[in-house]
Amino acid sequence: MKKVAIVGYAQHPILENAGALNEVELIMPVVHQLFDELGISQNNIDFTCSGSCDYLQGAAFAFVEGLSAIQTNPPIKESHVEMDAAWAMYESMLKIQMGDADTALIYGFGKSSPGRLDSIISLQMDPYYISPLWPDRVSLAAIQARVLLEKNIVTPEQMITAVIEARTNSKNNKNALVTELVDKEAYLASEKISSPLNEFDCPPISDGSSAMIIASEEKAYDFTDQPIFIEGIDHRIESSNIGSRDLSKPTGILASIEQLKLEKTNFDVAELHTQFSHEVPYLQSVLNLNDVPTNLSGGPLVGNVMMCAGLDAIGKTYESLKSNDLTNGLAHASSGPCLQHNMLVHLEKKS
Amino acid sequence: MSEEEKKDYAESPINLEYHYTAGSATTRFLNQVKEGKIVGQSCPKCSAVYVPPRGSCPRCGVATNIEVPLTDKGCIESFTIVHIPIPGNPIVPPYVCAMIRLDGANISFLHLIQGIDVEEIRIGMRIQAVWKPKDEWTHSLENIKWFTPIDEPDVDVATLRFEES
Repeated sequence: MKKVAIVGYAQHPILENAGALNEVELIMPVVHQLFDELGISQNNIDFTCSGSCDYLQGAAFAFVEGLSAIQTNPPIKESHVEMDAAWAMYESMLKIQMGDADTALIYGFGKSSPGRLDSIISLQMDPYYISPLWPDRVSLAAIQARVLLEKNIVTPEQMITAVIEARTNSKNNKNALVTELVDKEAYLASEKISSPLNEFDCPPISDGSSAMIIASEEKAYDFTDQPIFIEGIDHRIESSNIGSRDLSKPTGILASIEQLKLEKTNFDVAELHTQFSHEVPYLQSVLNLNDVPTNLSGGPLVGNVMMCAGLDAIGKTYESLKSNDLTNGLAHASSGPCLQHNMLVHLEKKS
Repeated sequence: MSEEEKKDYAESPINLEYHYTAGSATTRFLNQVKEGKIVGQSCPKCSAVYVPPRGSCPRCGVATNIEVPLTDKGCIESFTIVHIPIPGNPIVPPYVCAMIRLDGANISFLHLIQGIDVEEIRIGMRIQAVWKPKDEWTHSLENIKWFTPIDEPDVDVATLRFEES
């Protein structure tokens, strides 16, 4: 395996409603911020890959428009995933492994404000044969939360703690959307949206974008004195048929843990793509992170840009390692209902 | 239910509704169009002028933050004669759809040509906008009914190719 490192990451402030700003106008500032910080241009990039969802924009091939945000002359090598941009990073990793590129720009973008997110994500993810059944994302998450609560894998107290900590940690994240603190009384007084989940258990509707640059070991030091290396990366998908999954068994994640030999690593920090409060204690337990500072950025509960929040987990882990005296970080990205598809990324700072 | 009424299919409409936003750059453009003005936007790096502007220069990947007022005159860069009627379209074929290159712009946009026999249309022909009455103006390029030929010498469209400065 070629060594690959993250050399830069930028995030647009997460907005409740970006209003007149279109996707291109959201992407341009973060890409330019990244280029300016590193003192480079698109000419230094071998491969460009984006992650977005055309259903969010409501137009076929809408992602192509996103390319107007970056310099494409002279012609560039680029690709796109109809997924979270964490998977765009994965594709870029492969491109570098294959020797087709030494540097890659990854960007993700999403506006959830223009449409009804529950219906949009349902249409994107529901593997229907004849007609959509329209299961919405919150109801599906609630089913998993119920299973975890009934099996005592997650407790209601842990869910409250996850919400309170996310809000408290939002002060570490200048781009966070939700920053008001919540106490236990307010949490308990809140009406259920889809039992057992109330509004605090769910992520806010968010608009935004993020960008990242990764590079092979040889090139990484041209960009920065302190690249953060991707020590391991693995992703697994479980059945799209919810009924055939045991929602209390993280089969895919356990396979990734074994593949990456994570049980041998003591992590200093972790950022998880946990969109709902019950997912935080659940994954902390699965990933053995109970004593590891987790979601210091507040995570998706304080800002959840669709098709971006997974890349943000990787980016926030990168930032934590970069600006603190820490060595090992774990990032998690997710896609699909009830943590169907998960990616684990082990980041390491070389001393 | 009688045998004739049985259906062998079920209807299942799928709809999503959106609040579409044009983008802040295109919004600036459309606000000018509402006033009967065509204002393109220019790239600060390569100086290409875009109309209608989409907010970025796709060559350079930077915001087109320089407003460039344009005339409603230009030339036909390319065209097609439409012979097939489109359901719901009030225009009677044959008619002409043309790529219009306004003077001072570096890209063209699609619009109608009227006021001339379709057989006489040619690439390079000079044209000018025919606007709807002012009280019908909205945030749309449909404020221009169509373009019509004007009595000026043809342009060699090869000279319109954008050369990077």
